[in-house]
Amino acid sequence: MQTTEEERRGADGAPPPPAVAMRGITKRFPGVVANERVDFEAAAGEVHALLGENGAGKSTLSNILTGLYRPDDGEIFVDGRQVHFHAPRDALEAGISMVHQHFRLVEPFTVAENVVLGDHRGEGRTFRLRHRAIELRVAGLSARYGLAVDPRARIWQLSLGEQQRVEILKALYREARILILDEPTAVLTPQEAEVLFGTMRGMAAEGRTVIFISHKLHEVKAVADRVTVLRGGRSLATVPAAEATPRSLAALMVGRELGGGGETRARAPGDVVLQLDGVWTQGDRGDAAVRGASLVVRSGEIVAVGGVAGNGQRELAETIAGMRAPSKGSVRIGTRLLRGGDPRAAIAAGIAYVPEDRLGTGVAPSLSIASNLVLKSYRGPSASRGPFLRLGRIRANAVELIRRYRIAAPGPAAPARLLSGGNLQKVVLAREFSGQPRLLLAASPTRGLDVGAIETVHAYVRDAAAEGVAVLLISEDLDEILTLADRIAVMYEGAIVGETTRAEASVEELGLLMAGGQDPRAD
Amino acid sequence: MRTERRLRQPRWLLVAVPACSLVFAFFASGVVLLATGHDALSSYRLIFDAAFLNSGALGQTLIAATPLAFTGLAAAAAFRMRLFNIGGEGQLYVGAITAAAAGLYLGGKGGPSAFAIAAMVAAGCAGGAVWGLIPGILRAFFKTNEIITSLMLNYVAAYLLTYLIFNTQSYWRETKGFNATVFPTGKTLPDSALWPGATIHLRGGIVLPLGAGIAVLVAVLLWALYSRTRFGLEAQVLGDSPRAARYAGIRTRRKILAVMAISGAIAGLGGASQVGDFRHTLDADPNGLQKQYYGYTGIVVAALARYNPFAVVLVAFLVGGLQNAGNTLQGADFPSGLVGVMQGIILFSALGGELLVRYRVRFGRAAESAIPPATEPAA
Repeated sequence: MQTTEEERRGADGAPPPPAVAMRGITKRFPGVVANERVDFEAAAGEVHALLGENGAGKSTLSNILTGLYRPDDGEIFVDGRQVHFHAPRDALEAGISMVHQHFRLVEPFTVAENVVLGDHRGEGRTFRLRHRAIELRVAGLSARYGLAVDPRARIWQLSLGEQQRVEILKALYREARILILDEPTAVLTPQEAEVLFGTMRGMAAEGRTVIFISHKLHEVKAVADRVTVLRGGRSLATVPAAEATPRSLAALMVGRELGGGGETRARAPGDVVLQLDGVWTQGDRGDAAVRGASLVVRSGEIVAVGGVAGNGQRELAETIAGMRAPSKGSVRIGTRLLRGGDPRAAIAAGIAYVPEDRLGTGVAPSLSIASNLVLKSYRGPSASRGPFLRLGRIRANAVELIRRYRIAAPGPAAPARLLSGGNLQKVVLAREFSGQPRLLLAASPTRGLDVGAIETVHAYVRDAAAEGVAVLLISEDLDEILTLADRIAVMYEGAIVGETTRAEASVEELGLLMAGGQDPRAD
Repeated sequence: MRTERRLRQPRWLLVAVPACSLVFAFFASGVVLLATGHDALSSYRLIFDAAFLNSGALGQTLIAATPLAFTGLAAAAAFRMRLFNIGGEGQLYVGAITAAAAGLYLGGKGGPSAFAIAAMVAAGCAGGAVWGLIPGILRAFFKTNEIITSLMLNYVAAYLLTYLIFNTQSYWRETKGFNATVFPTGKTLPDSALWPGATIHLRGGIVLPLGAGIAVLVAVLLWALYSRTRFGLEAQVLGDSPRAARYAGIRTRRKILAVMAISGAIAGLGGASQVGDFRHTLDADPNGLQKQYYGYTGIVVAALARYNPFAVVLVAFLVGGLQNAGNTLQGADFPSGLVGVMQGIILFSALGGELLVRYRVRFGRAAESAIPPATEPAA
């Protein structure tokens, strides 16, 4: 705790035990191994970045460290002593706090009240809250660490950046020595992020350990002392941040051989099916989620849009599918302008859409599989006559599609929510393909599926392209993109920051683009 | 002890749980009856006789059940789509007002009786539909909570009803004759606007009111609408997942408006039936129509019937029987509140049972994760 910079970095003498050491951590969930023999070490007084793609196991590891999950195997040491966390409270008492991506704050309470909430020492322990005393202490802490926030303000009045400061104050109030920040910059402006980095370095300088979870390379370079890279649930390497380049980090993070999986198709793409010109779209928070995206997809071609989740891909897909109206720019199918914000117009124009959110958007969970299979075609003569449904045909259609797509289902009348993820996705694909689309828009079509189901989905996507359908694949999975796509575009913070063909793509460059590393050719 | 969601709902549960709930309700009510100094079994016998078996009982039960069938169907039509129309009460009043106007106007013209009755049916539907559309529009275009707005409109409708008879010389108010000077009442409908009933010569004669027949017809139509038409499919998708509905290109606002209008129209039909079948006047008496709370009881009926139209008709008949028995038996020996208590207990156990269909109760400590850690010693 009292270690100074010199002592910690000192070359001679026995090094002090690391503030946190996790050895051989394994955690399995039904169907996935989230962490496999992960080793992780962070010293007192350092900012240690945990870098990895979505699903690399960063969140699972930090949930284990904060006592939320118990590891199936492995050991945890704090200051050299082995610990066993049975509940989050145990981790808190060992001095470990976490600032989650989604804040754990009580909206109608004040900042000071949130800070003492759940604390069972000192002020939090007395029955009557002494507001003045708490507010003074919170104000003192916020002045000391440059975390400007009014202790009397109520949470709902604060911006996300300010709420994050409250979360950090909470941890400092509890005298956390090890602080985990889970993608803290996701909700911040670049200026706010700079301030946060200052706070992080200040905390480290006092001898605390700051664990910084991120997948943005320049941030890691900017603030971290060391970086541990996770990929596919395993810890790959721990390197000093000063020695790493964005390119080497990207290679570690993405790290895989190019080529392999996908076979090249010699056939030339046909006419332009989808044309986006300078599309801007608002996100759910009212900010611009898509910023001037332009893209062309031709018949028979598979174009992938890669990028880290939350960089506007979902909003882009929803704009093309008519579920969001663009605020600027145009979407054309063939030569015809698509009416914005009208899903029915998009369906009529021949856009098949496999949404990211299968259960809830792609299918209505409580409705039968048969009903879900006609969700887009029930207006047509194959499923209805006048106002009446042709229930016999709807059923026959379901029986046929269940057989053809090998959907493991109790029967056409069973509610869709009983299906597994892979079979649910087959229902969506079966329906979307049976509409004989011109454009197939697939957003993360294989997320959460097992290997067999992924192969099936990939095969359907390839078949569609072979039949002349234009395919726009939106995916965070570089493997998938490199297996399927003819052309690859990368989205970062709402803009398409690069476009290349698969033949010319290099993993390093894609990784760099995805992490906001500017133009890869520049360095 | 804790509850967890069931992944599957076995079919037998859907029958077994309500049956057990009912048995439990009778058991719990029996405790209340015993505590108040009644013999439970003979009380049940008394209630059953008064509701269904005694001379004239069935007719009275039908009179009590008909409005509940309408308001129950109205609630079922909206609740099924997760539009919580609590405004059946007000929609019924407005339906009664418009139907009474049509009956008074056309019945006096000396035209054919069927024409006047058909006009009353149409007017009742229209009145209720308009009243239901108000919260519908607010919901569809301004995202206002329809529970609050439809509930508040019940009070507006009640005051409108009172106003028309008590506070103004309106078209509906009787202004001639001695009685009109003593206590304000509505005009009595001309004979040609009265709804006929089919008499069954059994147990002292049972009159099957026209409204009861219409209610059964509405139940059939509602069932067909929801399970056999494009409209029904769209409504189901929207009720299940608004995002999926938008994804499928369903025009969400129109569906909300249509469903609220249909729900209101059915409740309005209940009001028309009150005027045409039973009251034969626009009844604004503080102890009359407004004291019955048909709209609210209808919500209970719909919930007990799980929003199935046919079950609504059946449940309305049973609840109507219970209410009729309560009215008949009420006296020093059988306080009127007792039937209300029984109704409450039945509702509570039915809704409690519903929980058991959807969730299962487990005893013992929660398992820590889906897969037990391999290193943990076997307990």
